[in-house]
Amino acid sequence: MTPAGARATGAAAGSGTAGPSAAPSRAGGPPAAGPRTGGPRAGRPGRRRVRGGVPPLLLLPALAGLAFLVLPLVALLLRAPWRGMPDLLAGAAVWQALQLSLLCATAATGVSLVIGVPLAWLLARVEFPGRRLLRALVTLPLVLPPVVGGVALLMALGRNGVVGQWLDAWFGITLPFTTAGVVVAETFVAMPFLVISVEGTLRAADPRYEEAAQTLGASRFTAFRRVTLPLIAPGVAAGAVLAWARALGEFGATITFAGNFPGTTQTMPLAVYLALQNDPEAAITLSLVLLAVSVAVLAGLRDRWMRST
Amino acid sequence: MTTRSARRTRRRLQAGAAGAAVLLALSACSSSGSGSSAERGDSAGKAGSAAEGPAGEVTVFAAASLKESFTALGEEFESRHPGTKVTFSFGGSDSLAAGITGGAPADVFAAASPTTMKIVADAGGTAGTPVTFARNELRMATLPGNPRKLSSLKDLTRPGLKVVLCDEAVPCGAAARKALDAGGVDLTPVSYEQDVKAALNKVVLKEADAALVYRTDVRAAGDTVTGVAFPESAEAVGDYPIALLEDAGNAEGGKAFIALVRSAEGRKVLGGAGFLKP
Repeated sequence: MTPAGARATGAAAGSGTAGPSAAPSRAGGPPAAGPRTGGPRAGRPGRRRVRGGVPPLLLLPALAGLAFLVLPLVALLLRAPWRGMPDLLAGAAVWQALQLSLLCATAATGVSLVIGVPLAWLLARVEFPGRRLLRALVTLPLVLPPVVGGVALLMALGRNGVVGQWLDAWFGITLPFTTAGVVVAETFVAMPFLVISVEGTLRAADPRYEEAAQTLGASRFTAFRRVTLPLIAPGVAAGAVLAWARALGEFGATITFAGNFPGTTQTMPLAVYLALQNDPEAAITLSLVLLAVSVAVLAGLRDRWMRST
Repeated sequence: MTTRSARRTRRRLQAGAAGAAVLLALSACSSSGSGSSAERGDSAGKAGSAAEGPAGEVTVFAAASLKESFTALGEEFESRHPGTKVTFSFGGSDSLAAGITGGAPADVFAAASPTTMKIVADAGGTAGTPVTFARNELRMATLPGNPRKLSSLKDLTRPGLKVVLCDEAVPCGAAARKALDAGGVDLTPVSYEQDVKAALNKVVLKEADAALVYRTDVRAAGDTVTGVAFPESAEAVGDYPIALLEDAGNAEGGKAFIALVRSAEGRKVLGGAGFLKP
C-alpha cells in the first residue's frame, strides 16, 4: 500500500483539486504493477541529498559547465557601456521592440499550448501506425537551422506558398511582414520544446488514473481535462516556459519569414543583430535589456510554477 | 491545367531551393573563417620559404554581392598558381569588418562600401591604402516581367505594393536611402532586410513586389527577377574597396589575388557580373 500512498500524494501535489480524487482509490487496485511504476515517483515528494559529499569527478565538470554557460553573460556585463546606457534606453525604439518581443513570445506560447498539448497527448497515449515517424517529424524544427525553418514557412504560408496562396485568395490573409507572421515563426520554432516536455511528462504519468476515470463514466475528453491535465500541469508549465524562452530569443525564422520593420515585426533579437552592424554598444545594451527581462520572467515563473518538479 | 500548375510548383521550388542555398551558403561561410587558422599558419610558412610566387591558402573576406564573380576569380587564381587555395567568406560587409577587427584570420578584405572598409582601416587592420576595384549601382528588382509596370522610384509608393529595402545599417540600405532622398520619394517598405541577398530573395520568392538591390544581384538572380533602372540610382553609386590586411598570414598570396582582381581579366569577370568600372 506504500507505493500507492506515495503516488496519491504525488498526484495531489500535481493537481490540488478534487479532480483525480477517484484515482488513488482505484490505483491501489493492481498491487503487482505498483512497485514498477511507483518506484521512481515514490522518491519525488521528499528530495534526498547526496550523502558523503560531492565526488570531484562530478563536481569539476559541473563547475566547468556552469562557467561555460555563465562566462559569456558576465563578459557582456563587463563590456557593457554603462555610461551611455541612459541615452540609448531613452529611445522609444528599444521599448517598442521589447514590447513586441514579449507580446509575440507570449502569443506563440499560447498557440503552442492550444495545439501542442493535444499533440503531445496524441503521441503519448494513442497507438497508431507511423507514430515513431510522427514523433521524429515533430522534433524536426529543433534540428532545423531557424533560417531554413523561415524559408520553409515562406514556401508553405507565404503569399505565394503552398497554403499561403489560398489564404491570400480566399481570406485576403498574408502572413509575411505582419506581427501574426512573427507569432507563426516563433511558434514553429518553439512548439517542439513544449511538445517534447509534455509528452515526456505524459509518458511518465500513470495512465491508469485516466482509465479509472473512464470506468467511472467520464468520457475520454473529460478524463483528459479533469484527470490528465492537472496531473501533468508541472510538465506543461515547464514546457511552456521553455517554449516562451525559445520564442523570445528567436531570430532566424522570424527575420526570414516575417521580415524586419520597427513596431510591426522587429523583435529584440532582430534589433540587436542590426544594431551590431554599426553600433556594437547599442547592441550590447539591447542584449542586456532582453537578458534582464528574460531572467526576471523566468525566475518569477520558476518560483511560482516549477516548485513541485 | 495539372501540368501547368505542376510546372509552376516546380519553378517555385527551384526558386525556393536557390533561396535556401544562398542562405545556407551565407551561414556556412560566416563560420568558415575561424576554422582554417591552423592550416593557414602552416601555409604561411610555406609561402615564406618559397619565394617564386604565391602559394598556400589565401583567405578572402568579401561582400555578399561579390560571391559569383570572386568565386570565378578564385578558381582562375588557383589554376594560375598551382598549389594555392582561395578560401572565401562572403557576408554582410559590416559583419565581415567586425570579424576582422575582432581578430578573424583573413588576408584580403573586399567591402561593398568605403564606410565599412574605413572601420577596418581605422582599427589599423589594413596594410596599405584600400583601392576601389569596382562600382555598383542600384536597380529595382521586380517580379519576372515587371507585371506592375514599375518604372521609377515614385512608382514604389503605390498603395498595395510590397517593397523591401536593406536595413540602413548595411551598404545597400544606405545607398537606397540616398537614392530615395535624391528623388524626394517618401517610401515605407514592409521590411528592412539584414542584407542585400535577403532583400532580393523576398522578390525571388514573390513575397514582395519589389526591392532595391544592386545591379549585380539582379544579374545573378537570372530570370527569377526583372531589373529596372531608375535615374536616381546615379546618386548612389557604391564604391567597392579592396585591401590587404595587416595581420595577413599569407601576404604574398593576398597581394597576388588583389592584382588579379584589378587586372584586365578581373575587370572582365566583374563586368560580366554587372559591376561598373572603378
